[in-house]
Amino acid sequence: MQVKTSLAAYTQLEKKSKLTNMLLRWFLYFVLILFASYFIFPLYVMIVTSLKTMEEIRQGTLLTLPSELNFESWGVAWEGRGYGAGDTFLKPYFWNSIKMVVPAVFFSTFIGAMTGYVLTKWRFKGDSWVFLFLLFGCFIPFQAILLPMARTLGVLGISNSILGLVVVHTVYGIPFTTLFFRNYYVSVPTELVKAARIDGAGFFKIFFKILLPISAPIIVVTVIWQFTQIWNDFLFGSTFSFGEAAPIQVALNNMVLSSTSVKEYNVDMASAIIAGIPTLIVYILAGKYFIRGLTSGAVKG
Amino acid sequence: MAFFLIKNSIKNMFKWLEKNLPKIVLAPAVGLISWFVYGFVLWTFYISFTNSKILPRYELWGVGNYGKLWASHKWLVAVENLFIFTALFLIFCTVIGIILAIFLDQKIRAEGVLRTIYLYPMALSFIVTGTAWKWILNPTLGIQKMFIDWGFESFTFDWLVDREMAIYTVVIAGVWQSAGFVMALFLAGLRSVEDEIVKAAKIDGAGLFTVYWKILIPMMRPVFFTSFVILVHISIKSYDLIVALTQGGPGISTTMPAMYMTQTAFHKSQVALSATSAIMMFMAVSAVIIPYLYSELRRENAS
Repeated sequence: MQVKTSLAAYTQLEKKSKLTNMLLRWFLYFVLILFASYFIFPLYVMIVTSLKTMEEIRQGTLLTLPSELNFESWGVAWEGRGYGAGDTFLKPYFWNSIKMVVPAVFFSTFIGAMTGYVLTKWRFKGDSWVFLFLLFGCFIPFQAILLPMARTLGVLGISNSILGLVVVHTVYGIPFTTLFFRNYYVSVPTELVKAARIDGAGFFKIFFKILLPISAPIIVVTVIWQFTQIWNDFLFGSTFSFGEAAPIQVALNNMVLSSTSVKEYNVDMASAIIAGIPTLIVYILAGKYFIRGLTSGAVKG
Repeated sequence: MAFFLIKNSIKNMFKWLEKNLPKIVLAPAVGLISWFVYGFVLWTFYISFTNSKILPRYELWGVGNYGKLWASHKWLVAVENLFIFTALFLIFCTVIGIILAIFLDQKIRAEGVLRTIYLYPMALSFIVTGTAWKWILNPTLGIQKMFIDWGFESFTFDWLVDREMAIYTVVIAGVWQSAGFVMALFLAGLRSVEDEIVKAAKIDGAGLFTVYWKILIPMMRPVFFTSFVILVHISIKSYDLIVALTQGGPGISTTMPAMYMTQTAFHKSQVALSATSAIMMFMAVSAVIIPYLYSELRRENAS
């Protein structure tokens, strides 16, 4: 009875404020769309600028549309003009980034999965301290490890190489991948593992037969997270590589800064889009998993 | 006999292996992090007490670098910029993030599309977005020209090349990139609140504004804490965005600690001084992160 009256009171209240509600909603949508345009504005400007000729850029404003779809700047950004020395373009560096990202994502995800598995399903005294010990690695400012890392890569003979960057990204990805898998496996009932152990299943069999088959969501989250982080990295790339071994973000920055005579904003914008497209596509296709990574990893550096 | 001994020891070895397998599997991660995180930080810490120039030297020299760092004009500019940037970045990201989260929480049509738009900058690198903002903010052909062409003849917007104002362009681009993230955190927080609480408050006559101001926002304390920690962390580490947008300029007016560190090490070959600045950054981050991790761990243990 109590519940019924309060429900009635509630619906009455809803009715009364219908007009204010409508005004409020208009205001809501107005603010939301205003902000949406603020967020979309740079992307719009990038795309439009990349399709214009320099002449059109000088005549129009940021917002004016190009007179025709002109992909010439994209070609220049991707393949250059073909006059040899001094002609920098993104194609080789794009492949550098792919060669760097694929192994680094694979190894860091695999190690994180194993570590998360041990820390939740083969618990031992002090395991939460081990987790904390690893977790702190998510937060260190990388400036504090830059100098010794440069020395170490030199000693190992892999400075200024893609292999060197794979090692760096794998190592500094481990704290994040461990965090993801550990937090996921914590919610998997330990009874499953215990029963399997009684049946005589070993360490690896339990992992591959029981945990791995239900790990798809967290693998997707981790792979997307690591892919985005490593693809977008600039600090490691610019510190540990130069010239031909540079990843795409470094090449993009060099291209934009080093254009000699006339600034070609259309080529700059095409280059920026090319460097951003892979992560943008992943975000659009799998935004849900991207957001899950962001809010559970909750760090971006 | 010998054969028997060997066979037995192999058998023992396997037993030992099997028993310790989890720890063996854990070893690479722990080993790598011990060496590459903790060992390296200690190495940097040690180097900050030496007189290393281009190459590291290991004789102790004392705390001179710390004095030198805090007497350096460039470092003081970097720290001042860090404070300005962090304060504005925190305020704007949090306010915009909360407003968007609350508004999106009103059963909005096309919520998914809007959320995707607010958050996509997080998927892009700071180099990409810095390049875009540099073009938008450039005084000759960018926003300034847009307004002039629209008829605002005397409109000027040249912050990017103005020593006093350039740091605020970094704030504009930084907020644009990260505000959506704060929105996502708060939206997740608001969605986890029971509907009953809101309904009960409304029955008691509370308006929508009161419900949020008096009940829901105070309940978001942990979210405030988390987003505070993450935003401060992002701002202390800011590097890429400044490289792409201003290169620390005009002059040194937008230099930040992370940039000071790499420039001192790799352009000026002052390894010890650079290590000192890195340690200052490490201490600043630790001062925010350690209490955070401690409270997170306590919360997890409590539940």
